[in-house]
Amino acid sequence: MDKPFNNKAWFLVLPVVILVAFSAVIPLMTVVNYSVQDTFGNNAFFWVGTEWFQEMITSERFHNSLIRQFMFTGIILAIEIPLGIFVALNMPKKGWGVPVSLVLMSLPLLVPWNVVGTIWQVFGREDIGLLGAALNGMGIDYNYTQNIFDAWATIIAMDVWHWTSLVALLCYAGLASIPEAYYQAAKIDGASRWATFRYIELPKMQRVLLIAFLLRFMDSFMIYTEPLVVTGGGPGNSTTLLSIDLVKMAIGQFDLGPAAAFSIIYFLIILLISWALYTIMTNYDKGESK
Amino acid sequence: MDLDLNWMAWTWQTAVFFLTILTFLISMTIWCVVSPQVPRKGILRFETTRGDRLFISLLGSAFICLGWLGFIGGPLWGALGVCFIYAGSVFRWV
Repeated sequence: MDKPFNNKAWFLVLPVVILVAFSAVIPLMTVVNYSVQDTFGNNAFFWVGTEWFQEMITSERFHNSLIRQFMFTGIILAIEIPLGIFVALNMPKKGWGVPVSLVLMSLPLLVPWNVVGTIWQVFGREDIGLLGAALNGMGIDYNYTQNIFDAWATIIAMDVWHWTSLVALLCYAGLASIPEAYYQAAKIDGASRWATFRYIELPKMQRVLLIAFLLRFMDSFMIYTEPLVVTGGGPGNSTTLLSIDLVKMAIGQFDLGPAAAFSIIYFLIILLISWALYTIMTNYDKGESK
Repeated sequence: MDLDLNWMAWTWQTAVFFLTILTFLISMTIWCVVSPQVPRKGILRFETTRGDRLFISLLGSAFICLGWLGFIGGPLWGALGVCFIYAGSVFRWV
């Protein structure tokens, strides 16, 4: 179907465009302006060209935060997506269990980020926290403020606790839309549990899974509050993810130029990956409707 | 009118940068009115319109410039040339 686009309707969204320009686009331009200049305060700026970008792109500090960020996002996606599917498959499909499990599942999603951070910060402490005290009581040397592995395990467990529900609820919605007849047909054909999952449930969940993946990717890629509250980026710099490092640079050290270059590179990476996922999503829809 | 360039720390270079992008957007809009765009499938195996191709060109150019800074170093005139070749091929084949 070769229907030409008619872009006149864009005029209807003009008020939103103006609002977004005022609140997001123009501030973003300021970041670009900062990224090519140096300042010693007093609102006096000096042109430095692409120096900050070159410094950032070759800086070990930036590389390390970026690697840590990809590791964090990769690990939580590798845990949350399969776990969410598993939970959704095992949630009750009818009866009183449905509302109970739905409400219980949505509870973590309602807790604000800083509260989740505080809960886990206390939970993991070896003196007053249940988790920390229990682990140490069992003879496992657990201390998230000193041991890098423990710190990582804590923030990953925290993110899994906070967000697996979202994946599970989305998958549950996907599963609920599968007509009973599909399962009956599978039963008649003598399909195994795995075959039913692989050829009926998984394809039907693919769209919501892509959405869950995109949401979890973007959210974990810009995660700030939770790890900051729990570990503060430590021990050392071991849990300093991109956004924590950026805030340290921009507000802690007041290096506006490098921080602006940092945030533009950060923004470009997010834009690239989100665009790729979005393109996959929309084209998958087109493939399905044909 | 006296333009206060200290506000938002504007420089003429960044102003030129944004005006260039604005010019791209306006000329693409005019082009779109003159000859409406039709999506087509290119080497990336999915449908793109001219607007999509502009986006791919700009985003790719940003990464070309970053790569240039990382591997070769400033100034970016060489990278700009690569960007134009890249954008041209995106509009031709994607």
